[in-house]
This record gives sequence, structure tokens and C-alpha cells, in this order.
Amino acid sequence: MSTVPVEVGHPSVQHWAEPGHRDDRSFLRKYVFATDHKVIGAQFLFMSLFFLLVGGALAMLIRWQLGWPGTPIPGGAILGEAKAPGGIILPEFYNSLVTMHGTFMIFFAIMPLLVGVFGNWLIPLHVGAADMAFPRLNMASFWTAVPAGLIMLSSFFVTGGASAAGWTGYAPLSAVPEYSGVYLGQKLWCISLIVLGFASLMGAVNYITTIVNMRAPGMTWMRLPLPIWSLFITAILVLLAIPVLTGALILLLFDQTIGTTFFLPPDGGQPLMWQHLFWYFGHPEVYILILPAMGIVSEVLSNGSRKPIFGYRFMVYATIAIAFLGWVVWGHHMFQSGMNPYLGATFMTSTMIIAVPSAIKVFNWLGTMYRGNIHFHVPMMNAIAFVAMFVIGGLSGVFMASTPVDIYIHDTYFIVAHIHYVLFGGSLFAIFAGIYYWYPKFFGRLMSPLLGKIHFGLTFVFYNLVFFPMHNLGLDGMMRRIYDPNQYEFLQPLQPVNTLISVSALLLGAAQLIFIFNFVWSLKAGKKAPANPWNANSLEWTLPSPPPHGNFTTMPTVYRGPYEYSAPDRETDFWPQSEPPGTRTGGRREEVHA
Amino acid sequence: MNWNWLLPEPVSTFGSEIDSIYYLILVITGIIFVLVEVALVVFMVKYRHREGRRAEYSHGSTRLELVWTVVPFVLVMVIAWMSMRVWLEAKVADGHAPADALSIRVAAKQFEWNVTYPGPDERLDTADDFVKTNQLHLPVGRAVRIELTSDDVIHSFFLPEFRVKQDAVPGMTIGVWFEATTAGEYELACAELCGLGHYSMNASVTVHESEAFQSWVSEEGGQTPAVETPAPPDTSAADLEAASTTPPSGEDHSSHQPASDGKERA
Repeated sequence: MSTVPVEVGHPSVQHWAEPGHRDDRSFLRKYVFATDHKVIGAQFLFMSLFFLLVGGALAMLIRWQLGWPGTPIPGGAILGEAKAPGGIILPEFYNSLVTMHGTFMIFFAIMPLLVGVFGNWLIPLHVGAADMAFPRLNMASFWTAVPAGLIMLSSFFVTGGASAAGWTGYAPLSAVPEYSGVYLGQKLWCISLIVLGFASLMGAVNYITTIVNMRAPGMTWMRLPLPIWSLFITAILVLLAIPVLTGALILLLFDQTIGTTFFLPPDGGQPLMWQHLFWYFGHPEVYILILPAMGIVSEVLSNGSRKPIFGYRFMVYATIAIAFLGWVVWGHHMFQSGMNPYLGATFMTSTMIIAVPSAIKVFNWLGTMYRGNIHFHVPMMNAIAFVAMFVIGGLSGVFMASTPVDIYIHDTYFIVAHIHYVLFGGSLFAIFAGIYYWYPKFFGRLMSPLLGKIHFGLTFVFYNLVFFPMHNLGLDGMMRRIYDPNQYEFLQPLQPVNTLISVSALLLGAAQLIFIFNFVWSLKAGKKAPANPWNANSLEWTLPSPPPHGNFTTMPTVYRGPYEYSAPDRETDFWPQSEPPGTRTGGRREEVHA
Repeated sequence: MNWNWLLPEPVSTFGSEIDSIYYLILVITGIIFVLVEVALVVFMVKYRHREGRRAEYSHGSTRLELVWTVVPFVLVMVIAWMSMRVWLEAKVADGHAPADALSIRVAAKQFEWNVTYPGPDERLDTADDFVKTNQLHLPVGRAVRIELTSDDVIHSFFLPEFRVKQDAVPGMTIGVWFEATTAGEYELACAELCGLGHYSMNASVTVHESEAFQSWVSEEGGQTPAVETPAPPDTSAADLEAASTTPPSGEDHSSHQPASDGKERA
């Protein structure tokens, strides 16, 4: 950035791309300690896909134990005597598996995929900026997230193993090593999440500053692409929620190490206080994990339907409403916790209300497809799957919001089904949609549409075979986080279903190898991507694939919103945001690569 | 295994009320689910790309959006309103549990349930109290009021067929009430992750006919006279210490017990 004391991030101090300029940054500056938002986005992508793989592998181990309890895993002896003697998973290791699966997936896979990857990739390009407001802070954010991930990974290899108190880390189980049998691992869990919190905060201030200050001329708030609105609201949630988690984690760490008793009752501490602090962060976190996904889906659905997004303003208002209501619903995680039942009744009401903005979004997506001209390209398939699956996750939430029904289904597999319909059926399908959609822009190559369709089809089928029956397991009373359900007579008849789920889970895992292959193979061998493979309107598609360092050669001017598809009196069915008015034919149409 | 989304037969008085709200939500969400998914599939087929086709240029309809803002709002408010009464009835023991409810104390600890029965005099903290580990005995047709505590970590007292679930929290005594309607054998589960033995922290539940329960009480109460008086349901630190240092019964789990004053930990 400039040293001139002008307004931070003002467009006038941006380093725009210079045509024909030779990029003479060293390898280290270009690819490792990079400040270019596109490279940092790719770094986050590789990091979080790695952790997605780790979290997925842990899920496979969990499903092995539940599908075939007490049976040695083929080749499982590699896990070691302390975790799985002879390949048979021990109960204490199983508890670590569930804890770390949740931790890796939420904090190190889905959150950085949505916020780290798409926040970095999309914000500067979508608002028409050369880079983030604070490129070095952006670099620091990534290089703070990496050690956090390594600390979390290392906890598997210390004596006592990794944290086994659940991803929610409920005290006193998480606070007293003798209760959980986990010693250093639990402390590393706290430290890792504290460090990661700083990475998130650095990202959030950067996103907010960039979106507020660096929008190109004409890029009014109501012309912002919806992913940017989502990421803007998400960044605000991150900024306000993460410090609460960090504070709670520090208190927990004190309880573990220096003898404080914030969460320990014999000396006046309160176990419920941990839950209040955790979920005060945790519920906004749920929206951090779904709002950017909704933004991506809105973008892809409008493009795939060749139709303006239905009710742009209502989509924005719904996002803002969720951001406000998201702060007053945390108690619905605590209906059975011993919290005052009258308070529970209040939280039920606010929780029911937050269903409304989500419903608006679903109906608006349907409205977007209505009378459209739907192209089933791979991103579109994943986006439609998002809508179909998010409906299930949203509706199953109503059961748990109803406090009396929650008495029965709380802490059962019903909630496991619900969270996976939101975070896998929702967020992950949106992430796949986003990766397939923007991969050509950032890697300059097209992913194979055939492999993409096979990957999508298998994932969609096996995903539903894994998670839909979990509703029924929960309705039959099966508790979550239990190592061996067969200890209970009333759960023994469910074993065949658990085995079916496990077989499907292994196949679901295997199907992801197709994605990995497609991703890696296309980096080198994919077809060269044109500038605008999807005939889309937003600013990044006016640039070459991949865009140069500094993105735009001159500051773009924006004349319209991003969803002007199929406007009458135009030859093409799209209308780039930066195309000056009066031209009828601009935006040379590409064959849609479906 | 049921694939039909029905709940297991309830065996407590408020169980069927809870279930009726579940079924109401199932019908409402089921209808919305079918409508949305059918619309999605119809749109995918009907509006798929064909040569020469052009999408309608429309930015939405405020009237429609108001409809699908107001209708879901009304629906969820109806559900919330109907849930409220059943919730308070089931969850707030004070004022809802009948005055003649049988008092029982349940103390959870890693990884067992210690149940203190009031004995023939039906009063807790008297000489004829007796303790059973991992056995919950109840009379049919009479409400019970359980004082739920925990000696160590958070557990959750889960009686699936009774539609009862309540976390047991160290430092708190939580009132739980219900009335069994059908005699028989059931299971008590721990529903909150509580450590490495969590998965096997189960207990048997026996619902006796009234006379059978009385004779079981006098039999047990006579055989085990005055084991010892567990800590009264008080949240003060001294009492909790007493409770955790003198476990009412059961095997020694000292390897998983923390130092009672919370300061001698590593």
C-alpha cells in the first residue's frame, strides 16, 4: 500500500495491473508469503481441502465402529496400541474421533472454505478492487491459520490423545483431565482454536474494510453480488462472535492449567456458563457456515437459470435479519441443559422466527428458477442440490426448535441428521458449486464436466443414504456420540441401519476421490478456460483467467446489478456489470461448458 | 427400525401430548417439503434449456414475497404457541408435579446412576432411605419427582419411552417429574457425552403395578436399613464435596475421580 496518508484502501492508492508488465516477484513472495488475494484464496483452498480430507477420514473411522462394532479395521493396527489395539477402536479413541471430526470440519474445513477461500477470491474482484484493503494482514491471516491447524493435528500424537470432550467442549469434562483421560490434547485443542480465532479476526476486518471502502464507482450496495452481501454480514458475525469463543477458551485453559474454577462447581464455578459462552459464539457460527453458501448458491442459480435473482432486496434483508436474530437464539442448544425452562420458552420463540428469513430465501430461489432457461452445468447441479437439501435441514430444525419435541430428540441422531443436512447438504454442496464455478477463473483451466457430473451424482445419492436414515435412528431414540449402541437393548434392532449407513458412508468417501482427481488433473490437463465460461455478469468475468496481479488494468465502472440475465432487446442473454449502457451486443457469448 | 417416522409408543402421561406436537410439525413440514421438492423438480424439467428458449426477465414480486414471509411466520408462531404449554407442563416440576408425587433422588456419576429411594416412609433423608445403582424402580399411575444431580461431569437422564430428558449438572439440583402409564421393563440412557464409559452408562427401569411397587419398597427398605444419608439437595460446595468423597454405593471409580477440592489436579 501507499505511504501517503490517504484514506485506507481508497481506490486511488490501489496498484492496478499494468498491461505487459513482467511480474518479477520471487517465488516466495508470489506463492508462499503472498499478498495477492487470489493466491491467498488458493492457499486457503488447499489447506481446507486437506482438513476436509482429514475430517472425512475420521468420519470413516467413526462409521466403521458404528457399522461393525468391535471389528478390527483392515490395516487399522497402524493407528497404534493406545488408540486401536489390533485395529479395534477403543472407546476413548472413539470419543476423540467424534470430537476431532466436528472440530476439523467446522473450524478447519467448512469455515475456511467459505470465508477464507471465497472471501478472498471474490471480494476484491466482485467489488472491483485491485486487492484487499490490507494485503499483508491477509497474508498474516493465512499464516496464522496454518499453525493453528498443525497444533490441532499434533494433538493426536501426544500422550492421552486428542480432545475427547466433543467439539462443543462441555465443561467439566473438558476442564478436568481426570474426567476425560485427555491431558495435553485438550489444552492443545484450546490453544489451536484461540490461535485460529486471530486468523479469523484478521480476515474479518479486512473483508469489512474492503467491502465498505473499495467498491468501484457505480458499485452501490444494491448492486453488490449476493456472495459479497453474505460475506459482509458473515465478517461482522465473525468479528463479534469469535472474541466470545476466544475468551471462553482462555477461561477453560485456565481451569485446565492454573487451577481456576470458572466452570467447576465445587468451588463456585458454573458448568452452564461455558455453554452460554460457547453457544453465544456457536449459533452465529452456524450462520457463518451457511450465509456465504447461500450467497454462492444465489449467484450460481441466477446464472444457471439465465434469469435475474428473484427478489434481490428481500434476499439482502433476509440476510441482515438472520444476522440480527442469530444473536438471540443460542439458548435453543440448551433446552435440556438445566437452564430455566421459562428462558427456554423465550428462546423457542426467537428460534421459530429465524426460520422465516431462511424460508424467504428458499422460495426466492424457486422463484429464480421459475420460467428460467435452466442450464445444468456442474455448478448448477450442486446449487440445486443445495436448495433441495437445505430445505430438509431447515425443516428438521423446526422439530428441535419446538421445546417439548426437543426433549425427545435432543442429543439423538436426529440432530446429527439435521446438522449434516445443513452443513453437508447445505454448505458443502454450495462449496462444490463454488469450486466448480470459479475454478476456471482462478486456475485458468476448466474442470472435466463429465467427472464433475459423476462426482455430483454419486455424492448426492450416497450422501442421502448416509444422512436421511439418521432421522429415523434419532426418532427411535439412538443417542449421538455413543461408541457402541448395542449396549442398549432398545437400540440393538437398529444395527442393520447403522451398517447400511456405514457402507454408504464408505462409498460417499470413495466418490470424493473422483473430485480430488478432477481437481488435480485439471490443474495441468484441463481445457484452457476462456475469460467468461459461464456467460456471467459480475466483474471478474471481464478479466483473463486467471486475472493478473492487481486484477484490473483500470478501475472498472459499474452500471447495473449483477443478475441482469435475459434482458429484452439484447442479443445475448447476459449483461456484464461494467458494460456501458447503449451497447446492445457486448459480452461475446461463449459456449456454456456444461 | 421404523421407516415411517412414527415415534415409539409413549408410556408417560405427557408423552402423548409431546407426540401430538411432533405429529403436527411432521404434517406441516411434510407438506412444505413435498411442495418445495415437487416444485423444484417440475421447474427443472419444465424450464430446462432448449434451443431458442429465453428466460422471463423478471426481478421478483413483492406481493409473493410478502405471502411467503407472512405464511411461514404464522405457521411457526402457531407451533411455538402450541409447544409452550406442553413444554412448561413437562419441564417445570414445581407446580406441575402432583403434591403426592413420589420423591426419588438420582445422582449421576461416571459411569453409573445412583438412585436413592425414600423407603416405606416415602420421605427422603430419613433412616429408611436406600440406594440402588443402575436400577430405577417406579410405580405405575403415580407421579414421581426426581431430584437430579451429578457428582462429576454433565450427564443426561434420558428415558426414551417416557419422553423425559434432562441434563444432570454438577452443582445443580434439577427437578424432573413424570408419571408412568404402563408397567414394564425399560431402559435409562445417558444422552450427554460424559467420558470414555459414556456409551455403557445405562440402567434398567422397572415400572411396577402399585402393590408390587409397595412390596418391592418394603422388601428393599427392610433389607438395607439406612445405608447412609447422602448429601441433601443443596448446591453448597461443602455438600458437594461430601457427596463426591462419600459415594453412596457402587464400585470404586477413583481412577476417573478428580481431587475433590479441584486444586490438586495436575
